[in-house]
Amino acid sequence: MKPVVIQDMTIRFGGTTVLNDVSLSVASGECFGLVGESGSGKSTILRCASMLYKGWTGDVLIGGQSVRSMDPMERCRVLQMVFQDPYGSLHPRHSVRTVLAEPLRIHGIGEQEARMRQALIDVGLPVEFLDRYPHQLSGGQRQRVAIARALILEPDVLFLDEPTSALDVSVQAEILNLLQRLRDEKGFTYLMVSHDLAVIDHMCDRFAVMKTGDIVEVLPRDAILDGTAKAPYAQELIGASLTYEQAAM
Amino acid sequence: MNQSPILDVQNLTVHYGGAPAPSVQDVSFQLGRERLGIVGESGSGKSTVGRALMRLLPSARVTADRMQFEDVDLLGASERKMLAVRGARMSMILQDPKFSLNPIRRCGDQVAEAYRTHVRASKAEARAKAIAMLDAVQIREPERVYDLYPHEVSGGMGQRIMIAMMLLTSPDLVIADEPTSALDVTVRLQVLKILDDLVREQGIGLIMISHDLNLVRNFCDRVLIMYAGRVVEALNAADLDKAQHPYTRGLLAAQPRIGGSRQPLPVLARDPSWTQPQGAAL
Repeated sequence: MKPVVIQDMTIRFGGTTVLNDVSLSVASGECFGLVGESGSGKSTILRCASMLYKGWTGDVLIGGQSVRSMDPMERCRVLQMVFQDPYGSLHPRHSVRTVLAEPLRIHGIGEQEARMRQALIDVGLPVEFLDRYPHQLSGGQRQRVAIARALILEPDVLFLDEPTSALDVSVQAEILNLLQRLRDEKGFTYLMVSHDLAVIDHMCDRFAVMKTGDIVEVLPRDAILDGTAKAPYAQELIGASLTYEQAAM
Repeated sequence: MNQSPILDVQNLTVHYGGAPAPSVQDVSFQLGRERLGIVGESGSGKSTVGRALMRLLPSARVTADRMQFEDVDLLGASERKMLAVRGARMSMILQDPKFSLNPIRRCGDQVAEAYRTHVRASKAEARAKAIAMLDAVQIREPERVYDLYPHEVSGGMGQRIMIAMMLLTSPDLVIADEPTSALDVTVRLQVLKILDDLVREQGIGLIMISHDLNLVRNFCDRVLIMYAGRVVEALNAADLDKAQHPYTRGLLAAQPRIGGSRQPLPVLARDPSWTQPQGAAL
């Protein structure tokens, strides 16, 4: 359980400023959402904060410690990421066992078999799935394996980059329930990117609305319905999402 | 639906080569000048239905008791005949404009080409037609956009260019396969509105293929729900809340809602009997 603080994060690709002095803080155990249109820099924040991109300025503190000062091994044990598309994020020729064993081996952690089994149980898959390959799994099962891979080093913070947008509604429900249960059980801090306000509303306590590399407003969950958003773009986004859902309300 | 339907499909079955079971089985429906939604999960066969109607599945075995599009028998028509039908009288809008526009040709030229393929016209006429159509899909400065390449336009604009291309020949039937899934929420509504207005104005029959129940609820008149290649339920979009089939009800319940209770979402419990045939045909 560690809080995440992002301070003045700025990154440029060529002449384009993709993130412009972004700052936000996520309390420990909180689920914080990032929403905005494509290209607004939501995923880039996660990729910078996890040091997948290096050339950025500013700082990210996890539990008071800068991610820049952590060595890669330590960083992996503090934060892990779940990517959008489980069809692209699992190696097609690695079995689930290989996927889960690799981080344990790199980090020199013992009791590998027991830990791998526990990780599968945690994400609700049968332990026999250890010897399956990704093509033998459905999309939802693949995403569970990706989550198991993120859990196996017992991190404090999970970055979720559109974890359900490649999945059907019925499967999305299973994964969202799983993520909620894991947060209750293990007290993870989540930083979650989504383009779907209904998912954000379901999962997050607070969320930031982003546009062209800036956070235009940070809002509590209730602001979606009570109309307290002030920034014009936040209003537009919430309005469009509500109209889209209107008949369902 | 007083006049004769545009499209009449009876017991459409599609079997891909090498697949153990048909991907689409005994799908029947009729379409008038209305908007029909086909929803289901990935792999339920909804896109396959669209492609079978366009005769875009050369390697699959497509059978049906009847597949009639106006005066054309889609089962028996020659490929030469289909070339005159496809793109002119029935057309298809695909999911992602990034992949359906040719990256090395100017957007406007691609729209004009679609027109000249089916209508005898000079280049200048086709250009004028294309620009007028780009204007109709609410692209500002259509002359400037005409000369842009696909990488220079946004996703929403790309999809509007696709819509322009597909509606330029005034088809009677448009099949939209997940037309807005690749777009942001704010843009999605604009694009749907444009498509909706044009379809209503021109009296086009629309088949909207989507996995999104909210979308078909708002933009369709009737909905077919597909599961594992079969239509399990057919109802009016306004009555979606009164759906009887457990699969439809499960899909509706699994959808997170803004202002919802945040309790764990009900998870769909699948029942093997759903794959059995039943009398759900319209």
